[in-house]
Amino acid sequence: MTWTELGIVALRVILTFGLLLVVTIINVWAERKIVADMQSRIGPSRAGPFGVLQTVADGLKLFFKESITPRKAELGLYTLAPFLAVIPAFLIFMMVPWGAPVTVGDEVVPLQGADLNIGLLFILAMSSMAVYAVVLAGWSSGSKYPLLGGVRATAQAISYEAAMGLAMVSVVVFTATQGDGGTLSLSEIVARQGGNWGDVAPIFSIVPRWNLVPQLVAFVIFLVAIVAETNRAPFDLVEAEQELVGGYHTEYSGMRFAMFFLAEYINIFSMSAIAATLFLGGWNGPTFDGALPGLVSAALPTVWFLLKTYVIVFIFFWLRATLPRLRYDQLMTLGWKGLIPAALAWIALSAVIFGFRQFGPPWS
Amino acid sequence: MGVVSDFLKALKVTARIMVGTMTGSELVTTPYPDEKRVKPQRFHGRHVLNRYPDGMEKCIGCELCAGVCPADCIYVRGKENDPHNPISPGERYGYVYEINMLRCIFCGLCVEACPTEAITMTHLFEFSTTNRADAVYTREELLMDREGRVPHMFPDDPLVDLSELDTADGWVRATAPSGIAAYEGVKMWQGTPGPADWSPEPTQEEIDRRSEDG
Ligand code: SF4
Ligand code: SF4
Repeated sequence: MTWTELGIVALRVILTFGLLLVVTIINVWAERKIVADMQSRIGPSRAGPFGVLQTVADGLKLFFKESITPRKAELGLYTLAPFLAVIPAFLIFMMVPWGAPVTVGDEVVPLQGADLNIGLLFILAMSSMAVYAVVLAGWSSGSKYPLLGGVRATAQAISYEAAMGLAMVSVVVFTATQGDGGTLSLSEIVARQGGNWGDVAPIFSIVPRWNLVPQLVAFVIFLVAIVAETNRAPFDLVEAEQELVGGYHTEYSGMRFAMFFLAEYINIFSMSAIAATLFLGGWNGPTFDGALPGLVSAALPTVWFLLKTYVIVFIFFWLRATLPRLRYDQLMTLGWKGLIPAALAWIALSAVIFGFRQFGPPWS
Repeated sequence: MGVVSDFLKALKVTARIMVGTMTGSELVTTPYPDEKRVKPQRFHGRHVLNRYPDGMEKCIGCELCAGVCPADCIYVRGKENDPHNPISPGERYGYVYEINMLRCIFCGLCVEACPTEAITMTHLFEFSTTNRADAVYTREELLMDREGRVPHMFPDDPLVDLSELDTADGWVRATAPSGIAAYEGVKMWQGTPGPADWSPEPTQEEIDRRSEDG
């Protein structure tokens, strides 16, 4: 590896990291503003224009607050848990391609933290890691409410991760029929969603070749599962304020709490980004090459990506402002009796259909 | 499919309210320090100790307010009046009078218990402090001066509207006792050296009419 290559890799990681931090700061504000609007309130409005800097102000405040450690806490794990929450959150987003590859000199640089060929598996692994943070935070706090939150987190994460993974599998099954062999790399999955559905029937040439069209069921399942996976309302039983004070982070304060908070919002964004990548065609979109200045055309894929992601992020906020929290048994019922069977049936169905289309019926 | 249609209906409600709030038609809150709402006439704000028109203190140090306070935040010690130079018209006066505003729940029971209307409430609620000791209001901070002006701990605080203290014993002065209908529109307690002359409370019909007009 030459120095140039190393520099490019470092730059990619730093850019991805920076993008993630900036959108997270904006997301926290956006959520407060949108939820406020949905509740007939004004929302943050004083720090900076429209209150955009509210997150920065809150972050600084948390930074200077004391980090309290309960007397009964298991110090090592208690300190480790916030890091366990933040690091996987950052790593997940590193897999997501957030723009079309750009050509610098004679190098083609993918706009993505790291292009692993097992991208999807890595995402699943990391999102399971994030659960450890919640469980360990809950257990190591040495206090009853965090413990209950942690126990709930375990059950919830296991149930919904299955549904999430199964929804991903049907995308992988479908993607395999779209090109040369199967793939788990997100950049490849995005690349195979370029173009339109014109080859199915001419009338479909206006419909972009997103996985959303053939995989609508998987998309809905995935959407529900990521809301549960990020512990957001209406599935926020892990931190149910009314029952569990703050859930797993009840005993955390100051910077450590800020890290959990950061991780939650990073997860919302990266899960939405993954949904956009898997189902909504990622950064694919018209770039109007030639009609627009070159730099604008080059930036457009990133704009498309952010736009699609924000549609899903908005759905997160919308759900939070609309739905009451599910009861625990309802949560489990939905997961095990609803989503997982549906996802399994859908995989079987799409495997059969797309297998037929690809290879023809077995008796021929 | 009832669940799904209910779900979509709920989403529609929040979306409608969001658009309404953005265009201003659904917005119900105000940007507080820039724009303050009109408070109800009987708003429970910080307390004040009143005087009679001749400058005598109304408080007779009976400790009934301290006894009734559910938050146990009033501390009163009465002291015998000097017969030749009395501070209150009673036998005793409130020699020590403290209210811990951190504990007070602004229920107004002390106002109801007081036999002489000595303690009443104002409209001021901006009195946050940076330490606990400042939140204990003493006699010096509660007692109005002979002109009827109420002292305030932080007169320079930009949030504080000192004119809200002028409402001092307003509502007690102008309210019919015990809500008996026959007293409607009658001006009762009056003539204390408060800065404003209060008209009686509006009658029930007037209040109804106003709320109908919006
Ligand atoms: S308002 Fe209620 S809580 Fe406050 S001092 Fe009076 S009686 Fe006590
Ligand atoms: S304020 Fe009223 S109730 Fe309290 S001690 Fe004085 S006279 Fe008695």
